[in-house]
Amino acid sequence: MTAAALELVDLHKSFGKTPIIRGVTLEIQQGERHAIIGPNGAGKSTLFHLISGRIPLTSGAIRLKGQDITGQRPYEINRRGLSRSFQVTNIFPRLSVYENIRCGTLWSLGYRYAFWMGVDKLRDVRERTESVIEQIGMTARRDSPAGVLTYAEQRALEIGVSMAGGADVLMLDEPTAGMSRSETSRAVELIRKVAQGKTLVIVEHDMGVVFGLADRISVLVYGQIIATDSPERIRGNPAVREAYLGQAEGA
Amino acid sequence: MSDALRRHGVWIGFALLLAVLPRVFTSGTSLTMMSLMGIMMVFALSYNMLLGQTGMLSFGHAVYYGLAGFIAIHAMRTFVADKLPIPLPLVPIVGGLAGLAFGVVFGSVSTRRAGTAFAMISLGLAELVAASSLVLRSFFGGEEGITADRSKLFRVFDLSFGPQVQVYYLIAVWTFVCVLAMYAITRTPFGRMCNAVRENPERAEFVGYSTQTVRWISFSLAGLFAGVAGALAAISFEIMNALSVSAGQSGVVLLMTYIGGVGHFMGPIIGAVLITALQISLSDITGAWMLYFGLMFILVVMFVPGGIAGWIMLHEPVVKAGLTGLLAVPYLTVAVPMAASALGLVGLVELSHHMLVKAATEGGKFRLFGVAVDGSSLVPWLVMVAIAAAGFLVARALWPRVTHAWGQVHDELKRRGLR
Repeated sequence: MTAAALELVDLHKSFGKTPIIRGVTLEIQQGERHAIIGPNGAGKSTLFHLISGRIPLTSGAIRLKGQDITGQRPYEINRRGLSRSFQVTNIFPRLSVYENIRCGTLWSLGYRYAFWMGVDKLRDVRERTESVIEQIGMTARRDSPAGVLTYAEQRALEIGVSMAGGADVLMLDEPTAGMSRSETSRAVELIRKVAQGKTLVIVEHDMGVVFGLADRISVLVYGQIIATDSPERIRGNPAVREAYLGQAEGA
Repeated sequence: MSDALRRHGVWIGFALLLAVLPRVFTSGTSLTMMSLMGIMMVFALSYNMLLGQTGMLSFGHAVYYGLAGFIAIHAMRTFVADKLPIPLPLVPIVGGLAGLAFGVVFGSVSTRRAGTAFAMISLGLAELVAASSLVLRSFFGGEEGITADRSKLFRVFDLSFGPQVQVYYLIAVWTFVCVLAMYAITRTPFGRMCNAVRENPERAEFVGYSTQTVRWISFSLAGLFAGVAGALAAISFEIMNALSVSAGQSGVVLLMTYIGGVGHFMGPIIGAVLITALQISLSDITGAWMLYFGLMFILVVMFVPGGIAGWIMLHEPVVKAGLTGLLAVPYLTVAVPMAASALGLVGLVELSHHMLVKAATEGGKFRLFGVAVDGSSLVPWLVMVAIAAAGFLVARALWPRVTHAWGQVHDELKRRGLR
């Protein structure tokens, strides 16, 4: 049996005395598309930050494809094949779209800190970069500085930078937040495409997106997972309805 | 062939320029000045590897320039004393290795932090070295400094390096090599990631890069090229003293780089040439030259944050679209009153400088812009205030023409779909 793509063992995180994550245990299988939902302030983004190494755990353990990554730095975790996007767009604003994507490819193609070879001559880098730009549909914008793109384009670029390194575990933090209907459906198409053959972990508020994409859903409420199940059963789960979906329907 | 020419045209032109310059400017003074320009180009570009490329503000870059210069001058003395068969043109390698070594060692401490903390550590290290330069007399030579005779080294091709023109060519070759190398580095995977770290260090970590390592390598390489510049200075002056590791020297390189423009590779080159030329020519003309540098720096920071190169590059799309004509006339109309205003201000600075510094011994009478004036009377002051104020007011009144012209340019570029 292959190791789980991602294994979270009793994760705890407190900011000062305030516990934010209160014992999260979760196993995500390889190739699974897993969504994490929950009301505002439930700790979804914090959970992402913990897994990707952006902030340290208070206690618990994280395993990526069977390897312990607890306490590692973001770049070490990224090198082991986990890549993430951010809820607030986090790109290289004054670099072109092309440069943004290229920065995402370099380490994974083994170029590390090489300061002795011309980057424009590297065929594998160029091909990977161009293919990612094509996948995110930004060929026409490849030379524009990322900072002048529209919001939806920046969100697409955000996903592009995250996937450019070819990581097999992809974590997307609210990829469609703030998008219009048509932009959202285009983004979902993109996510479906880029997640092909990969493990996808997604935080999302848009229930249409979640139920359309996910194989399994975890519901996070006050730093604890109250249910993990298939979309249909999550929809029918009374505890979930009360804690989360009920609120949304009542609103 | 023509493709190669197009791609390498700038570099061939640069090499030719370096080769031809001493034929045009043959005097000893200009040879010395051009040598210094080359040294400062390398030094300023090495500084911009930190500031412009990686986004690291260092207040102590002269440490690597100065320490490497001292090591180079000690090396020259040793080569002479021990009659080692190492010719002068190889001394910059010694300087480069020394700069690299100091960069690696000091960088291992300072690059653990970014931003303000890094700037403060760089300042602390600079003070540390400046303080030890007063104590370690055998290495830094105290107030007299350390001298060496470059013409006594092992000779190849019968080059004595006594005449300044030979030294100029030595420096020109090293300048060319270093500028080319530093440009090439910006076009490598590492160079691109330097920019990424400058733009968004957090994101760089999430695409697999340790920002600390990127900063450290950048710092070490900047040390290497600063070291080459320091060794070239040692060769050119045949003396190094504690001033070369001082905060003042670190300030000059920051000034040059910033005024030239940190955002463009050409920026520090322009800055180095301009500031060196001004430094040498202005210091002959006026005692208040340091003040002018300060004013220039403030004006650039406030009004042209992209520096001279940034300002020039702003016009690139305009020139390409052939719209220069739209801007030329408004530019000229404001340039005239601005120049007048500047003239008035310079007059006031010179009057103040004379009255504060020289009047006690020489009296109030001196020549200002070639005209005999008396600083103790009110007349020249009023005239200068009037010129400065009138120039300023006219320039301000005419400024909307520039704004309007830029509006037209933008509209035109948009219409053509260039923007």
